[in-house]
Amino acid sequence: MTGWIILILTRFTVDMKEEGKRRIWQDYQKEIADDHYYYVRSCVRQTFFPGSETAFLKILQTELNKDICDQAIHTSCTGIGYHSDVVLMDTTMTVVARQFALMTEAGYTNFVPSCITSFGLYTEVLETWHHFPEIEARIRDFLWKATKREFKKPANLAHASDIIYKFRKEIAAKAKYKLIDKDTGEPIRIVEHIGCHYSKMFPGKGVGGAEYPYVLVGMIEEWGGEVIDYPERRHCCGFGFRQYVIKANRGYSLSCSKKKFDSMEPYHPDLILTNCPGCPMFLDRWQYAISEMEGKTYGHNGQGIPVMTYEELAGLVLGYDPWDLGLQVHQVGAESLMDRIGIQYDKEKKYKGLDGKDLGMPHPTSNINFV
Amino acid sequence: MGRLYDKLMLDVRFIEGLKACIHCGTCTAICPAAEFWNYDPRQLIDVLQSKDEHQIEELLKSDMIWFCGECMSCKTRCPRDNAPGLVIMALRNLSQEMGYFTESEKGRQQLAVKRIIGDWILKHGYCLVPNEISFENHPEQGPMWEWELANMPDVMARLGANFQGSGPGALRKIPDESMEEIRKIFEVTGGLDRFNQIENCSKRKADERGEKLDDGMDNPYFNTIYG
Repeated sequence: MTGWIILILTRFTVDMKEEGKRRIWQDYQKEIADDHYYYVRSCVRQTFFPGSETAFLKILQTELNKDICDQAIHTSCTGIGYHSDVVLMDTTMTVVARQFALMTEAGYTNFVPSCITSFGLYTEVLETWHHFPEIEARIRDFLWKATKREFKKPANLAHASDIIYKFRKEIAAKAKYKLIDKDTGEPIRIVEHIGCHYSKMFPGKGVGGAEYPYVLVGMIEEWGGEVIDYPERRHCCGFGFRQYVIKANRGYSLSCSKKKFDSMEPYHPDLILTNCPGCPMFLDRWQYAISEMEGKTYGHNGQGIPVMTYEELAGLVLGYDPWDLGLQVHQVGAESLMDRIGIQYDKEKKYKGLDGKDLGMPHPTSNINFV
Repeated sequence: MGRLYDKLMLDVRFIEGLKACIHCGTCTAICPAAEFWNYDPRQLIDVLQSKDEHQIEELLKSDMIWFCGECMSCKTRCPRDNAPGLVIMALRNLSQEMGYFTESEKGRQQLAVKRIIGDWILKHGYCLVPNEISFENHPEQGPMWEWELANMPDVMARLGANFQGSGPGALRKIPDESMEEIRKIFEVTGGLDRFNQIENCSKRKADERGEKLDDGMDNPYFNTIYG
């Protein structure tokens, strides 16, 4: 009798947990427009990973036949200045309003930023205007005085990673490679890192919320990889805005990334996947810096753990040339990982320009092999 | 209620960021800055809840308000839906408005942030551009970055960017008309006044400290706050 009661209670508890999970998950479902996007670029992404923005547009336009508008006349959202506290909130909100005006004038309603800082900022501005309409009125007045422009607010705001997440199954259907070790048949082990401003401020605006974001997990699972959990999975990469911009503060940035590396190391990840423009740069470069400072490396065979953007990973599974995607401008090389998956590439072309122009080679590092 | 607290209450980030703190310390526990610096967001909120004019002025003149990295991890975890990171933004804004920021070592760094990020926005239309990120100031970028800097137009063309070109694309030159609109936005919203305030307060502090400060990024005052 006691055994039956325990069994019933156990089953009841499991059902309750499942029901609870379903209810929580419902709170973090996100509407993502399925076509006709107005794209705004990222200062950080285009500086360090311009190939990722190129790949994003190619995937949308060529693989998925989507309409996406890419204009010359938009600017930075000023988000890094805002979060380094030199740009006033009114100034930033008016620059954001101008971006919305450009979208409106171009005939679009679905706004897609490349940057996570921007995505967080656009979300913050729209939420502020929703709760404080007098501020929206003031900003509209500023915009008119400065530019004689008017705007409609976006009908849909989605980060570029949301778009790739939405079409992850379509990308999988066209994939040339799966994220599987070709020799062992085992899935590639991947840790994902979500940019803080994707959903930490407004969890309901990100796929899966802030604690269990699903935007990158969904891509990894769909493309054949295995998601690896680790204790400091949600810790910041350490950008910290002024904390990285100012050389004297940069130890803050390094220590945050190091905390993550130390935490993920025992789980032996093959790859770090990111959705924020800055995070892959920090998680890539700080591995180099730590290896030079302490001789410490975190990846297989004394090497670093490759770090990729979601556009780069999508491009790789679709069979794009890794040197078109920009994997040559990472400090930690991805060749050993590509070899395990069976990705075809020409190593002689890694440091070549257009039409095979010889660009020389970077100086060698002490510990991380990147050639 | 004191004068400075009244000013903070005009900032929507202060209103939204501080509602009903119960001093559980969750923000401090989750804070990356509290782990690295001598910084405790719970203590900072305690000072603000006192509404004590003298204590708030001391806070605005201290290093304490400049340690936060604005990751906003505190917002996610606070059981009362506060956001100390947003409160920090309101404090930093007021510290610069009042000219208090030059009273602390970390606060004085705002001049460097203005001359780097602020000036780049007005010069290029971007918060950062690759050819301004020197290997000398960023050795952590590694030999890969040194190679990119040496081959910037070729590398960017290889990756599909439109480096300093006309028309759309990554790293394009922002059209002059757009740049003029951005500068006008900074003018009408007070953004240029804020930049001037940072410059003027910093020049006064440099004089007071007997450190040379000119318009560039290679002078004793700048080098002290940056490096």
